[in-house]
Amino acid sequence: MKYEILRMQNITKYFPGVVALDNVNLTVFKGEVLALVGENGAGKSTLMKILSGVYQKDLGKIYFEGKEVYINSPTASQELGMSIIHQELNLMPNLSIYENIFMGRENRSKLIFMDRSRSYKLAMELLETVGLHINADTLVKELSISQRQMVEIAKALSLNAKLIIMDEPTSSLTEKETETLKNIIRKLCSQQVSVVYISHKLDEVLELADRVTALRDGNTVGTITRAECTKDKIIRMMVGRELKDIFPRSERNASKEVLRVENISTTDLLKNVSFTLQKGEILGFAGLVGAGRTELMKVIFGLDQKVCGRIYVNGSEVEIHHPKDALRYKLALVPEDRKIQGLVLGMSVRENITLSILDKVSKINFIKRNMESYIANDFIKKLNVKTPGAEQKVGNLSGGNQQKIVISKMLATQPQILILDEPTRGVDIGAKKEIHTMIDGLAQQGLAVIIISSELGEVLGMSDRIIVMHEGEIKGEISGEEATQEKIMHMAINQ
Amino acid sequence: MGKDNKSNPLHRIYKSSTFGIVMILLVMCTFIAVLSDKFLTTDNLLSVFRAFSFVAIMAIGECLVIITGGIDLSVSSIFAFSGVISAMAMVQWGLPVPLAIMIGMAAGVAFGFANGIFITKLKLPPFIATLGILSIARGLSYGITGGYPIPDFPASFKFIGQGYIGIIPFPVILLILLGIIFSIFLRSTVFGRRIYAIGGNEEAARVSGINTDRTKIIVYCLSGLLAGIAGMATAARLGVAQSTAGMGYELDTIAAVIIGGTSVSGGVGTVFGAIIGAAIMGVLRNGLILLNVSAYWQQTVIGCVIILAVSADQLRYIRAKK
Repeated sequence: MKYEILRMQNITKYFPGVVALDNVNLTVFKGEVLALVGENGAGKSTLMKILSGVYQKDLGKIYFEGKEVYINSPTASQELGMSIIHQELNLMPNLSIYENIFMGRENRSKLIFMDRSRSYKLAMELLETVGLHINADTLVKELSISQRQMVEIAKALSLNAKLIIMDEPTSSLTEKETETLKNIIRKLCSQQVSVVYISHKLDEVLELADRVTALRDGNTVGTITRAECTKDKIIRMMVGRELKDIFPRSERNASKEVLRVENISTTDLLKNVSFTLQKGEILGFAGLVGAGRTELMKVIFGLDQKVCGRIYVNGSEVEIHHPKDALRYKLALVPEDRKIQGLVLGMSVRENITLSILDKVSKINFIKRNMESYIANDFIKKLNVKTPGAEQKVGNLSGGNQQKIVISKMLATQPQILILDEPTRGVDIGAKKEIHTMIDGLAQQGLAVIIISSELGEVLGMSDRIIVMHEGEIKGEISGEEATQEKIMHMAINQ
Repeated sequence: MGKDNKSNPLHRIYKSSTFGIVMILLVMCTFIAVLSDKFLTTDNLLSVFRAFSFVAIMAIGECLVIITGGIDLSVSSIFAFSGVISAMAMVQWGLPVPLAIMIGMAAGVAFGFANGIFITKLKLPPFIATLGILSIARGLSYGITGGYPIPDFPASFKFIGQGYIGIIPFPVILLILLGIIFSIFLRSTVFGRRIYAIGGNEEAARVSGINTDRTKIIVYCLSGLLAGIAGMATAARLGVAQSTAGMGYELDTIAAVIIGGTSVSGGVGTVFGAIIGAAIMGVLRNGLILLNVSAYWQQTVIGCVIILAVSADQLRYIRAKK
């Protein structure tokens, strides 16, 4: 009889303006590998953060080993017998491997003194288990990314947990190390330790998982067993849905080429990326987080430097080393993170909107406030920004309205090419629709638009053409008509 | 929607951060005037004004730097260097006074430029870069003078520090002129807007197409320039240029800017506020002297006032956020 070690029942989690998890159910049996799959934003990380004590659930119950538990902090989660290997490494680079492994629960010799030799010895044993033949007093900053990942794994193992959560554990590993990890997981299962395995790599999921649970839009879609598992079935669970949202689609005529990008490579991610963009079209970029879409746009806009490659605007080659250059060539970028890259939160709506066109609203360097206010109020009206006025501090506006201000700022530069990176992330439904309608309208008027989005529905609904990226390369291009969510997902996870 | 009281000018003045410190200054003046009948005399007031005008001129430049989120510790050394190099030009090389002044200003700009390059191209933290220039400029001052003071300026130079226009001391006129120029510069020009943007969110400013490196370099150059002007004016006042001039003034300058309402994290602040900050410290020192407080206790009192003035403003900010 299979013993249920974990049951998450009707878990609901709210964030301002959004329901991240809606009555999610998840069960894990003792000694099994349960794979958790879903698109970006489906809720996998949120669910695991609740389990590891980083977030608190709003509704629902959690049962561990048959008893109801309340997980208030990461320490509480650990004490119950759960450990988590994060997708983003949580190591301290200036400290040694053994210090990182025993962080917070250092071996002590007498009261306040650390027992370094014991920590070192135990750490060496753990490193042996994960196949890492390195001295345990090596500083983490000297390790490669994949080695650091193995240290994280070793750390999680050292907690002797009954349930280990692994969030994309092989994202930075070599093939050999991935094999080592798979063997570790098999061994753990034979020792009756359970593993929750989150991954986009379906080969691994098929190989390791006893069961697969899929989440979609904060809901549990279903769970299938190993026997029933096929890649297609899994993908369909992840994405298959009615396109409930109708996206605005006007008659658009894509005409001449306005942007051509050839063989762009960067030192760490992008490899030989090339594509073209036409006037009046909306080109969508799909792919998983880390696929390189944002990195590509940052290079085109001059925020990052390329190692090689060329960019042509309207047929002529251009050199873009700074956003100033890009704006000069009528390229505009609405960045991914509006709070960090898009807005000066302490400044007013007016000051933010005119930030990229200061030369145009001034005469011999003196800013003409009237002109600024006029332009700002014009955008406030056109984009229906909800604000008491143009003097309101942008930090006081809601997410959707803040996003509209960033878009306004870039539209004020009267660009030919507009790149939007996750334009409706963290934006309420109403503002989302307004932004979609606006983007559609702009394309109709002849603007060339690139839209990066992790929401497949948005990419499919808005784009005339879709380019899918994976690990720094373009994996495929598909027209809006032929594209389906499954086809895109296949390319995005490279299956 | 109705006319919200945000547009009411009186309300705006009340809410502005400079209102608080102007009140503090007036309260302090009243307090001292009550305790000492020598305070409110024209002679004394003008003398106090002149006394703090040198730090206030430096505070204008420092204010620009701190608004961008940086800091300039080197001002006191640039202050000394500009004083001695212009003195040398006049007294030892026999150059005309206007040329000597230009040399002094150029030296200030040059050190500021070095600061700017270290910070933008070498990516040194401003604290470290300007700390380095603090030592370098001071060392160069000692080096070129051999430690000897340089006296005997031409009368036209001495006027800058000792002269009057009407009853008003020239340094005060200089401060008021520079204050007005830079206040308008910061508030109403494209360049001023860029300074606030960089301080508010440097990354966003860059994404918006602002050349943040160039703006920052210019700001440090201006800080160096104003420090140099203050240094030359002080040398003119004392009648002698010394390589030890202005030691410790960088702390007074930074304190003046912070008291004046400029946030250390950048993005907010005014030139007027910085000048009021310098005034508060100047009036305080004068008051303590008039009240016969021992010189040893003056430092302690000044430190307390700095903390009180900034706390009062912080509390208003926190309450306003709610």
